[in-house]
Amino acid sequence: MHMADALISPAVAGTMYACSGLAAAYSIKKVRLETDPKKVPVMGVMGAFVFAAQMINFTIPGTGSSGHLCGGMLLTALLGPYAAFLTMIGVLLIQCLLFADGGLLALGANIWNMAFYGCFLGYFLIWRPIMSGKTGKSKIICASVLGSMITLQMGAFSVTLQTLASGITELPFSIFAGTMQPIHLVIGFVEGLITAAVLVFVYESRPEILMDVTAKEAEGRFTFKHTLVSLCVVALLIGGGLSLFASSHPDGLEWSIERITGSGELDADASAPYETAGRVQETTSLLPDYAFKESDSLLGTSFSGIIGSLAVLGVCVGACYIFKFFRHPQKKEAK
Amino acid sequence: MSKLDHALYEIHHMDTLADKDQWLNRIHPLVKLIVTVSYIAVTVSFHKYSLAGLLRMGVYPAALFILGDLSFTDTLKRLRIVLPLVCFIGLFNPFFDRQPVTILGMFTVTAGMISMVTLMLKGIFSVLAAYLLIASTSIEKICSALRMIHIPSILVTQILLTYRYISLLLEEAGRITDAYSLRAPKQKGVHFKVWGSLAGQLLLRSMDRAEAVYQSMTLRGYRGEFYHGGNTRISKKDTAYLLVWSCLFAALKLI
Repeated sequence: MHMADALISPAVAGTMYACSGLAAAYSIKKVRLETDPKKVPVMGVMGAFVFAAQMINFTIPGTGSSGHLCGGMLLTALLGPYAAFLTMIGVLLIQCLLFADGGLLALGANIWNMAFYGCFLGYFLIWRPIMSGKTGKSKIICASVLGSMITLQMGAFSVTLQTLASGITELPFSIFAGTMQPIHLVIGFVEGLITAAVLVFVYESRPEILMDVTAKEAEGRFTFKHTLVSLCVVALLIGGGLSLFASSHPDGLEWSIERITGSGELDADASAPYETAGRVQETTSLLPDYAFKESDSLLGTSFSGIIGSLAVLGVCVGACYIFKFFRHPQKKEAK
Repeated sequence: MSKLDHALYEIHHMDTLADKDQWLNRIHPLVKLIVTVSYIAVTVSFHKYSLAGLLRMGVYPAALFILGDLSFTDTLKRLRIVLPLVCFIGLFNPFFDRQPVTILGMFTVTAGMISMVTLMLKGIFSVLAAYLLIASTSIEKICSALRMIHIPSILVTQILLTYRYISLLLEEAGRITDAYSLRAPKQKGVHFKVWGSLAGQLLLRSMDRAEAVYQSMTLRGYRGEFYHGGNTRISKKDTAYLLVWSCLFAALKLI
């Protein structure tokens, strides 16, 4: 998405330099206020990391193509918006000078399109609000994907506006924007996933590095035990509470049968096997039709839901143990 | 050559070119920076149909390539990044702007075709100008020029550190991806299951390196300011260089 010098007029380039310059001046002031002597070396090395990481091809499953991570969003999650913005300026300047990726005159526009949106909007509108409260992997994934997609959309839209304002292309606005936005939506989604994968790894390894994720929160992360207990509680709540609001209307299969035969339940042949099976079911079923025997109380429905959940849990755990018991001996040894 | 190796080669190649002891390299970095930005600004300011005027701007890169003894073929490779985007946008011009301008034999030249060629030329000239700057001036010298125009030290130091550590981290990223590809032959790129751990490991190592860098910088007397050596005075020769090119650009624009 780097703008080339040829795509921008001096007037637009100057305006974008002024806008980016103001944002940079404010960021410098903010970083100086932090009075952290390590900040500048960390910014320098992180800039180099983004540069190197963007050279790694991450395969996109099922497409045969590859993508790279979203530098702005990653840096803002690690360094905060101000330091991340300044770091991105360095990366963009080096990309422009050494690799002709973007132009010297268009540098102000590129800083705005790629660093400003990614670092400031990405942090203040997406990362910080999503990270408020308890932090978790899902929140990091959500913030990274949303952040990358939204900031890339903003950047692509700015490229369209800047090119049209420069009077460079004969392309009508609708066609230009209609081409740029969908492509960058897909790119943003992929970049967001790659960025999320890296940030989740950091969260699991060293959560204190991430912005708005305190070490205390990190200690309280969901372990396997926590997840299992939570799922059990949710299952019991749904089974015991929400089952009371279950629809009394027929389900899809019953509805279809009713449409064909005129009755929701089929009358079985009065042959011996069917009668025997019916009698066995009547005798063994503790809660026929999800209620106590010969009772229509709501307690029966709740009780059925809870018992059902526990029974399913028991069957699943039992099945796992059985599979574990019969597992191939070689695999057991390898473990 | 992999993308990482190519980037490393490009950085080392540029460093070698910038370290040459030639007259173009000895021009003051601030003067070269001003001339380059002025040239690009004048070049892109030409009207979209002003093909003849724009062609005259080719004088600057042509003169510097000859005088600076630089390879033109190396530069062509750099155009591969800029030209596709410029061409993509420029290619639509002949379809939307069909106003005939002149007839060359059986072929009608439209205004859209001229604006397309103009756009491509602007792209090529601006890339060549940036190349001429970086091929004759090291990043350290460009950063010292930025300090001379009062760009805050925090930004300049950060740019220098990023540049310094790019080579190291590219090598490290290269080692990681080589190790990965040796364990996953016939696989193009990095599998999605290891996206996080592969780049994440590099990130955590970089963070540790940043800590070590800070400590070593502190031991060497770093107090938040970057000091650069070399002559910072602008000589008469530098002033003449600036004046000649500025006058020429103005003349080419006004003719």
